Parts: sequence; C-alpha cells; structure tokens
Amino acid sequence: MAQHAAKGARFQAVTANRLSDGEVVYWSADNRWVEGFTEAEIADGADAADALLARAMPADFEAHVLEPYLFEVLEDGSFYKPASVRETIRAAGPTVRLDLGKQAGA
Amino acid sequence: MYRYDEFDHQLVADRVSQFRGQVERRVSGALTEDQFKPLRLMNGVYLQLHAYMLRVAIPYGTLRSEQMRMLAHIARKYDRGYSHFTTRQNIQYNWPALDKIPDLLDELATVEMHAIQTSGNCIRNVTSDQYAGAIADEVEDPRIISEIIRQWSTFHPEFTYLPRKFKIAVTGHENDRAAIKLHDIGIVVKQNSAGEIGYEVHVGGGQGRTPFVAKKMTDFVPKEKLLAYLEAVMRVYNMLGRRDNSYKARIKILVHETGQEEMQRLVEAEFAKIDASDMLTVPQEEIDRISAYFAPPAFETLPAESETFTQAQAADADVARFVRANVVAHKQAGYAIVNISLKPIGGVPGDATDTQMDVIADLAENHSLDEVRVTHEQNLVLPHVKLDDVKAVYDALAAHELATANLGLISDQIACPGLDYCNLANARSIPLAQEISERFADLDRQYDIGELKIKISGCINACGHHHVGHIGILGVDKKGTEFYQISLGGAADENAAIGQITGRAFTEEDIVDAIETVVTTYTDLRADGERFIDTYNRLGMAPFKERLYD
Ligand code: HEM
Ligand code: SF4
Repeated sequence: MAQHAAKGARFQAVTANRLSDGEVVYWSADNRWVEGFTEAEIADGADAADALLARAMPADFEAHVLEPYLFEVLEDGSFYKPASVRETIRAAGPTVRLDLGKQAGA
Repeated sequence: MYRYDEFDHQLVADRVSQFRGQVERRVSGALTEDQFKPLRLMNGVYLQLHAYMLRVAIPYGTLRSEQMRMLAHIARKYDRGYSHFTTRQNIQYNWPALDKIPDLLDELATVEMHAIQTSGNCIRNVTSDQYAGAIADEVEDPRIISEIIRQWSTFHPEFTYLPRKFKIAVTGHENDRAAIKLHDIGIVVKQNSAGEIGYEVHVGGGQGRTPFVAKKMTDFVPKEKLLAYLEAVMRVYNMLGRRDNSYKARIKILVHETGQEEMQRLVEAEFAKIDASDMLTVPQEEIDRISAYFAPPAFETLPAESETFTQAQAADADVARFVRANVVAHKQAGYAIVNISLKPIGGVPGDATDTQMDVIADLAENHSLDEVRVTHEQNLVLPHVKLDDVKAVYDALAAHELATANLGLISDQIACPGLDYCNLANARSIPLAQEISERFADLDRQYDIGELKIKISGCINACGHHHVGHIGILGVDKKGTEFYQISLGGAADENAAIGQITGRAFTEEDIVDAIETVVTTYTDLRADGERFIDTYNRLGMAPFKERLYD
C-alpha cells in the first residue's frame, strides 16, 4: 500500500472510512468526523499528530469508523492539501469519474 | 445452463441471513472491525478508497439475461449506475452502503447469484473459456467440469482455511482463452486415443509478487477421477503450503520450492490413497446430470451462409470492421459469436452502465439464446447470435457505445481499478489505459499494429495481469508520486510466459510516449505477418531497450 504518514512530515491530519457507507471522513477541530478535508484539523509536529490521533480514537471509535490513521499534508499558500496522490484522490473522488465522490458536490 | 437445486437455494439464503445478522451486529458496535472483517470478506465485501466494494461471482463467466438484468438493477438501486467487470469474470460494485448489502444480496439470490467464493483463502470462483459451447473444435464444454469442481469446492470443510486463496481455471479448447497456466490449478480438457474424455492438469501458476507459469502435473486424469486428483493436490498443499508468510503461501511457491518432479510424486502418492477409497469418484449419473445442464441450446438448422449478413458488411464499412474484429466463427452453421468490447476509446476498461447492461440483457434474450458471457479480458460476449441477426445486434450495440471494433487490439487493454479506487494501489491504472487508447484511437492504425495485449496493474498484486501482457505496465510509488514500469513478452494463452522488465520506470508524463516507442520499434522491425509477440520472441529485449533508454 502506498503509505500515509511520511517520516519527518511536519503537518498531518487524521482520516478514516465511515462504518455505514465507507465514506472518507476526517477528524475535525470540534472533535467529530466530517466529510470534507477542508474541515480536518491539521496537527503541526509529531507530538501534536499523536495527540490528534488519540483524540480521534476514543474507546467507542469502532462504532463509527474503520481504521483511522495519520497522513501527511502540505501547506499550500494559506490552505493545506494532502501530500500523496492517494490522499488527494481520497479527498476528491476517482480522477476518472469527476461526477462521483466528494468532487461531484463541489 | 446450470440451475440451482434446492440445496443451493437454501445454502445461499442461509448465508445471506447470517450475513445480515453480522452486519447488524457490526453497525450496532457489538462486533469490532477485527472480528467483522473476515466475515465481510467471506461475503465479497471489501473496503476501497471511497466506499465499500462488493464482488459478485459469475461462475465460469456465464449469465442468463435475467441475471444480467438484475446486475443492472443493482447498479441502479444500490450503486451509482455502473459496475465493473473484472479479470476473474466477476463483477464489482464500487459504492454500496454496508447496511444495504444484505438487501442487495437478497435480490441477487432471486436470480441464483451471490458473492460467495469471491474473496478469502478459499477455492475461488472457477473461471473458464468465454466461448464454451459455442466455438468449433472444443473437446468438451469446459463448464461441465467447472460446475462439478464448483460443487465440490463450495464450503468443502478442508478448504475453508487454506494457506491462501486458490484459483482454478478450465479450458476445453487448445486455444486457451482462460489463462489457465496462470492459475493455482489450470485444467485442459483432453481426449485420449480411446476417445475418452479426461484432463491435463497444471499446478502452481500465478501472478502477484512472484509470477509463475504453472507446471504440468499430469497428461491425463480420467473424468470420474478428477476430483480425487484435485483433492490430492489440495491435500499436499494443505500439508506443505507455508502458512508462516502470506507472500510465500500460494501453491506456486510450494511447486517452485519443491520442484515439478517431487511435486508430481507427492500428488500421485496422495492420489493413489484417495483413489483407492473410491470416495471421490464422481458417479456417472452425476456427470450426466450436470452435463445435461450444458447440453447445446436449441439451435435452428440454418444454412452456413447468410445473404443478409454478407450484404450488411458490403453496405456499411463500420459493420464490416465490427465483424472483422469482434465476430468469431461459431460451431453451429448459421450462427456467430459476437464480442462486445467494454473498451471504448477513452473509456474505463470493464465498466458498463446500468442502461448498457439492460441493452445487453435484451440482446441476449432476443438474439443469443438467453446467454451472455464475461471474459477475463473484461469484455462481454453474446455467444449464440444468428448470422442473420448480427446487423441488428450491431445497431443496438452501436446506439449504446458498445460496438467498438477493437477486440484483441492495442486499445483492448486490461486495467485494474488502480489508485482511483483501490486501497492497495501505488498508482492509477485507468487514466493510463484511457490515454493509450486515445493515442492509438485510429482503428486503421490499430488494425495495422494487429494483435497486441496491453495489461496494466496499479500495484504488484497484478490484478491487471501486467506480467502476462505482451506489453505489461506496473504502477509503482516513489515517495507518493506515480511511476510506471514496462515489461515485454508476457503471454496468457497456451504459450503462457512472464514478461521481462525493460528497465527503469517512467513518469506519468513519459509513459504513453514510451509505449508508442515500443510499438513503433515493433512496426519498424517486424517481418511479414509477425504479430508483436512474434517479433519480440524473435528479437528479444535488446532493440526495444535501446530505443526506450537512448
Ligand atoms: C479493492 C479491490 C481489490 C483488492 C483489495 C485486491 C487484492 C488482491 C491481492 C492482495 C492480490 C494478490 C494475491 C496474491 O498474490 O496472493 C490480488 C491478485 C489478483 N487480483 Fe485483485 N484485488 C482487487 C481488485 C481486483 C480486480 C478489480 C480484479 C480484476 C480486474 C482483480 C483480479 C485479481 C487477479 C486476476 C489477481 C492475480 C491472482 C494470481 O496471483 O493468480 N482484483 N488481488
Ligand atoms: S493490482 Fe493492486 S492496485 Fe490493482 S486492483 Fe489489484 S490490488 Fe488494487
């Protein structure tokens, strides 16, 4: 699998797939799973990332999502964007079906 | 065609209601993902990048029209209006919601379909020749023994926890269209000098991380003894197959490490024990019962030539091209095999919309004695079309973007879902297939290039068969960026071979140019009548490498 958290990554966010329908979700600053990457909380530094992942995985997390993990994001002007092609595609939808996935609603 | 008996109906119904309970317990939080994952995988439910994916079995690639219609209905109701035909003659849905899957499976069961044996370390859905029962010079319809194997292997207690998944393919024709030598077990139906039907058995083929062409284990097992022989292979595998390392757990590794002769000896010894007990000898009545399901359909007696057919080609160059590329001679006078390419120029290989599937179901019902076939090259087939009807079938297909006349040509590529959908991918496969097909869109150029099989996988698991493409393309990941490695000289037919890597990988920007370089190297150097694979086999890698890396 193309991997997520690059060693030495400065900025990271937490993502998972929602249990009921597999939808890609992100952990947000107000402590819930949201569908849009733009609402994801961004952790700066390794300690902040660990703390973020811990918050995203309370005792009952399995009742809501599958397999939360950290992935690297990059600063892009005043915004952030996923570092890998994989996470870019997860955040948007299939590049071969622009009518499907999150990008369809955008 | 095979119809469920009561036992099958009950088994599938029980399995769906059991899964419904499991899904409810997972959604309520009573089951953890670790507990649930093996259960969902046993029912064909994977997690991809954007959603769950459901893989539905199409045993030996044969469908009735009502089944195709149901697949269309499911695409419409539970998915997003399309689905994907795979290299294992199965169909995948990319967006079903977990809590709706039990309902979906209930609907599927009404047409005798299910998702059993589509994942997990069991004997997977048996695959076969898409021209079964339609092509001339077939020794016997390969679906007969495929069905016998299916019945023996489904839920066989010894085979539920194999070291790894296990795939079997069968061909009844000397031209192998089922890639049997790339399966854990590949079977060729044979007739001996006494006129008896039996089977040549190859073991230990496979793709993935360490590809191997299967080794021949025996020239001839009599028909009634085949299950005993296969059971012997499975027992040797169950005893000696490695369970410590999933990368080394496939039978191909066991055969490779044990050697062909020693493996033959082990299997023969086990076979002798099983055979002595006679337990697995298939009774003649049972063979007859299953053979009856695959009795030839009600062909009409027709003249070998059709004036309508000849005139349609003369009148319309597009029809003539379609016939030339996609229509194959039938064993029955007055009939033809019509291939439906799911590779429109710039399209997604193997995808079909719900409307297209409905159109194909109607064509099967009205013009192909109710049958559709799925090919491992991700196309569909109407196996029994009257020559008189080919033009009407062509018109209906053309009206729904289903008449691309490119079968076996450079734009008829295999591509796995890759990084657009797949959780394990390193790189995208589909956009590359699209760009290559756009680059070579001109059909006349494609006919000039001739038979050329490009196969693309988004990672080393090789779902897109890249190892056995005449030109294979493998997506690799370098620090989060996509790269593509080319291999040449692979083949998936009766002359199966694993391709050789050309050298360093290409960037996304350069890969299509590199493919064009390979193709022009071939067209520059080919001798009269040589296909790409012939030229490669004559000249080897050197001239291609030279042009690629200068
Ligand atoms: C989420 C989707 C998929 C997953 C997770 C997946 C997973 C895998 C894995 C792990 C392997 C390697 C097995 C091994 O070497 O032991 C494999 C092989 C394979 N898969 Fe898939 N696959 C997926 C989709 C597909 C699709 C769409 C196709 C058909 C187009 C396909 C057909 C195959 C084939 C033919 C092989 C080669 C088997 C062999 O080694 O003989 N898979 N798959
Ligand atoms: S080859 Fe790799 S990327 Fe392609 S479908 Fe298989 S597992 Fe996914």
